[in-house]
Amino acid sequence: MSNDDHRQAGTSGPTFLAKSQLLTADDVSRAVRRMAHEIVERNHSTDELTIIGLQKGGTPFSQRLATTLGEISGATVALGLLDVSFYRDDIASNPLATPSETQIDHDLTGRVVVLVDDVLFTGRTIRAALNALSDWGRPRSVQLVVMVDRGHRELPIRPDYVGKNLPTSRHEAIVANLDGVWIGTREGA
Amino acid sequence: MITSIRGGNLLSLDDLSREAIVEVLNTAESFVEVNQRSIKKVPALKGRVVASLFYEESTRTRLSFETAAKRLSADVLSLAVASSSVKKGESLRDTIATIDALGIDAVVMRHQSSGAARQVSRYVPLVRVINAGDGLHQHPTQGLLDAFTVRQVLAERCGTTGLESGAELFEGLRVLIVGDILHSRVARSDIAAYVALGAEVRVAAPGTLLPVDIEHWPVGVANDFDDALEWADVVGLLRLQRERGSGLFVPSLGEFTRTFGLTLERSRRLRPTAIIMHPGPMNRGVEIDSRVADLPSAVIERQVSNGVPIRMAVLYLTVAGVKEGVGS
Repeated sequence: MSNDDHRQAGTSGPTFLAKSQLLTADDVSRAVRRMAHEIVERNHSTDELTIIGLQKGGTPFSQRLATTLGEISGATVALGLLDVSFYRDDIASNPLATPSETQIDHDLTGRVVVLVDDVLFTGRTIRAALNALSDWGRPRSVQLVVMVDRGHRELPIRPDYVGKNLPTSRHEAIVANLDGVWIGTREGA
Repeated sequence: MITSIRGGNLLSLDDLSREAIVEVLNTAESFVEVNQRSIKKVPALKGRVVASLFYEESTRTRLSFETAAKRLSADVLSLAVASSSVKKGESLRDTIATIDALGIDAVVMRHQSSGAARQVSRYVPLVRVINAGDGLHQHPTQGLLDAFTVRQVLAERCGTTGLESGAELFEGLRVLIVGDILHSRVARSDIAAYVALGAEVRVAAPGTLLPVDIEHWPVGVANDFDDALEWADVVGLLRLQRERGSGLFVPSLGEFTRTFGLTLERSRRLRPTAIIMHPGPMNRGVEIDSRVADLPSAVIERQVSNGVPIRMAVLYLTVAGVKEGVGS
């Protein structure tokens, strides 16, 4: 299991114990492909799109999505990465993880930004991402892709494209990456 | 050994582990990116207050700390000692009590007395204290930014990134520190940082400018400066601190330059890959020839620009961080 949830795990954070696998790598692949088609359908073209993966969990999905969108449209789709550590409202109460790289090389004014994350939970990461985006300009619109929506929102945020809706309880943990989706628990917090 | 400065103070590099230093360097990498944006500001320390308290003059350290705090959205109070109650005879302890009573989150302090920052941290356990230079003792952020600059240059040459390399590039790296070791807090912090990261450090200086206890330091003493120049991967020059009376320790400035200054002629002995560093402010023509300071292998300006991300990382980790095992 390579994918720790970096937002809750510090450097020596809890380990994830998988209980069962909910999606296979093929399922994830198909879900990404379907969402790519939905994005093209809704936006008609990919010219104005900037795909932005949220570090670290959203990164592999954003890369896969940008590649798939490129195959569908035949043009290169702009891709960026964003780490929201400095924009979080809970940095005082959570152990800090060493922030990852942010890489957005163009002004977002007038662009259609598609944020990509692995798991949508409380919505606070997305809130932080929306604040961060305003430092790169004023996007024409912002849309949200998540591989898994697990509920328990604490803010009025909803995704535009969902890989899989998974009703969970708060104490469960979800791990989602290109190899699949697992449900389990975190031990040793 | 302190394994992380999260939620703590930064008083000295002597007691920081390799892990703690690498954490600061890695965090600073993210802030390099922030400093390249058109809006160079993140809200990480919004609502926090950082006071800068400089009992000694400073240009780059003070400006870069204040820039760093502002780019993290902290409010910055800057106490100009010359126009404060210190001039009326207020003691350090009372000045600090005032800062504590105002509910300030962190103090960045420079003081002429060694150990002043540690003393202050005992008075105010709830305020984060960041040492910006205390007497002849330590200048931790300078040591960190020097190590950061070296890592950055080496990583670029190897086609990797600082973040990926961790402390790897320091393994066996040969660092030569030259000049007024005796009066230099920069030397003490640089040595602590380089040694903790795995480098081999030697010093070269006139006997009068070497501390008497140098054999207890984790460094070698170079007997021949010219040979040592051929040995070194990194040469760190120090300012001859005439305000601390260094002029009395050498027969004349000209003599110092001839024996331990990095003259243009002497710089030809350096390996082509050697990195030349100086913490500034430079005495051009004394410890370093003006033409050497402007060589491409001199990274002096880069040291200054790395000051901001390093200090952002230090403020971010100490002020926003929580000590391991405390709170949740």
